[in-house]
Amino acid sequence: MLTAILIIAALAVFFGLILGFGAIRLKVEGDPVVDQIDALLPQTQCGQCGFPGCRPYAEAIAGGEADINRCPPGGQATIQALADLLGRDPKPLDPERGTEKPREVAYIHEHLCIGCTLCIQACPVDAILGAAKQMHTIIEKECTGCELCVAPCPVNCIEMIEVKPTVKTWKWPFPPQPEQVTE
Amino acid sequence: MSPATAFRKLFRFHGGLHLPEYKDLSTAVSVEAAPVPKRLIVPTQQHIGVAAKPMVAVGDYVFKGQKIARAPNLISAPVHAPSSGTVVEIGEHPVPHPSGLNAQCIIIETDGKDVWIEQRRQTRDCRDIPPDELRELIRISGIVGLGGAGFPSYIKLSPASSRVVETLILNGAECEPYITCDDMLMRTRPEEIVQGIHIMLHALHARECVIAIEDNKPEAIDAMRAAVKEYGNEHISVLAIPTLYPGGGEKQLIKVVTGKEVPYNKLPLDVRVVCHNVATAAAVYRAISRGEPLISRYITITGDVGQPRNLEVRIGTPIRELLEYCAVPVHDLSAIIMGGPMMGFSLSNLDVPAIKTTNCLLALRTAPRPQPQTYPCIRCSACADVCPINLLPQQLYWYAHSRNFDKIQDFSLFDCIECGCCDYVCPSQIPLVQYFRFAKTEIWAQDEEKKKAEIARQRHEFRLQRQEREKAERAERHKQKAAALQDEQPTAEDTARKAAIQAALERAKAKQATAESTPDADNP
Repeated sequence: MLTAILIIAALAVFFGLILGFGAIRLKVEGDPVVDQIDALLPQTQCGQCGFPGCRPYAEAIAGGEADINRCPPGGQATIQALADLLGRDPKPLDPERGTEKPREVAYIHEHLCIGCTLCIQACPVDAILGAAKQMHTIIEKECTGCELCVAPCPVNCIEMIEVKPTVKTWKWPFPPQPEQVTE
Repeated sequence: MSPATAFRKLFRFHGGLHLPEYKDLSTAVSVEAAPVPKRLIVPTQQHIGVAAKPMVAVGDYVFKGQKIARAPNLISAPVHAPSSGTVVEIGEHPVPHPSGLNAQCIIIETDGKDVWIEQRRQTRDCRDIPPDELRELIRISGIVGLGGAGFPSYIKLSPASSRVVETLILNGAECEPYITCDDMLMRTRPEEIVQGIHIMLHALHARECVIAIEDNKPEAIDAMRAAVKEYGNEHISVLAIPTLYPGGGEKQLIKVVTGKEVPYNKLPLDVRVVCHNVATAAAVYRAISRGEPLISRYITITGDVGQPRNLEVRIGTPIRELLEYCAVPVHDLSAIIMGGPMMGFSLSNLDVPAIKTTNCLLALRTAPRPQPQTYPCIRCSACADVCPINLLPQQLYWYAHSRNFDKIQDFSLFDCIECGCCDYVCPSQIPLVQYFRFAKTEIWAQDEEKKKAEIARQRHEFRLQRQEREKAERAERHKQKAAALQDEQPTAEDTARKAAIQAALERAKAKQATAESTPDADNP
């Protein structure tokens, strides 16, 4: 009787130690679900979802505070991907958050720019180059098209321009679907 | 015939098709140089890789063969003026591409003099030139693969130091129906091709060269054999291979000639083979021996035209002028296809120029697929039977149709060479290749977006970190300043001033106290 109790107790201590060691040694930093959600978001950092950037929105989705249909730049494709990841039903984009539109980049009309640096402070990805009282310009390659620089500009010199496909970025269209003969 | 060919065993690739050839249409008339047009439209992107950067300005006079755009990095090719004249415009112009979009072009108004640039380098014997220098000469001559892909040729002439190239295969198969430009080149300039082979073998340190020609071109085979006998040596041989589409595909040809299969995601170099087109060999010869950059090529103009033929065309000649020269009734036609009927694409605009990779213009009175009636896939597997890569086109079709881009890559979508065999045999007339092209470009775009998103994330995180750091630095600075103020030792002057202030304060206090005490006395 006593032997059995001792053996069980010894086993309990032994496994307890293994679990304790594992919990410390194999600890996962951060929330992996947040990383997975963040990886699906377009990283525009536009804040249209109501959160200050893509990562806070990912954290909110993971925490159940926000729905998955609040990302206009990602559009329906992102909603679908999030639904697949989280095992939820996809739903249409929340119209309060904005509408899905083709990719744009900001363009500064340089002859109008007064060099106030307000747009530089607003840009979430440091894609605007300039200094106080110097002309600013957009680094087009880095611009995510978030439009956050448009509102702060006191002279309205920033315009959003749609990115047109070039020979290199052009995509073959989905083949036309003529009425299929079914009989 | 050299002993190498006499006993060479041939292999077979999976699938393939015997197609009606229509090749004798355009081989009846001898090759002629097309007239130099008034305006040459020279795109800066005529190859795989990065577009060349213009190095001339509007108004500049350029000589024939003068470099007008330089290659900005190693996977690119420079562009040369195809004739002498004045640069009148550098800007967007329609280019031959399935999208029908515009791209950067340099437009030259020719002066009709056709004056060569001076200081052309001429070499008698390529063996005097070290391979590195040969490759550099080929690179600066703007030579790209003339078989259709347009990959910069010098790269494919640089053997990796660890691998020995056993066989150089010269691709003269020309397997697509209607096209005869390589056939005519082999008939008319076989000696240039053989001289080009000597240069390529020297650059590659390769042991042997096999010139592979489909057996539906007996004249070309005879011409090449005669040229090899005269200019070649025992390491160069001509090999007639059975006519089977797409036998001219690089990997198919390697399989037929050597029996080796190029593994997934590997290059022919990994199986010690390098493959070049016959026209590329001729261009290499002209570049090295005569110092002529790539400014013209043979193009087949065939189909429903008055006199189908081959022309030697300057790069940049507008398609419309070529068709007019061949008396093509443009208005009666329903489609002009650039390339062959299997892999070519329909041109939406006839003002596009001929470029380095243009091998054929096919004029058709009736569209090749007049609004096809598509039927559901019946899983007959006819497409899988003919696929030269041994893929499962019906499976790829399902996944492309449902936009399942992960699964489609598990079925090796990117091994598809878009040869069109599956399209051709599909009893339901499903445009399979277009589905595959759609899926490929869609996946590329998604990958590109992912890369961009990753960069945006990094930049955003960096910015947050920077703001955090700046805040901390500012707080630190304030702290230091406050501490410095406290630690500061008062000087004599400061003490005097402080004492004066203190005395003034006390005087004021005393005054206030007396002022306050007076009303107090009045109010008991």
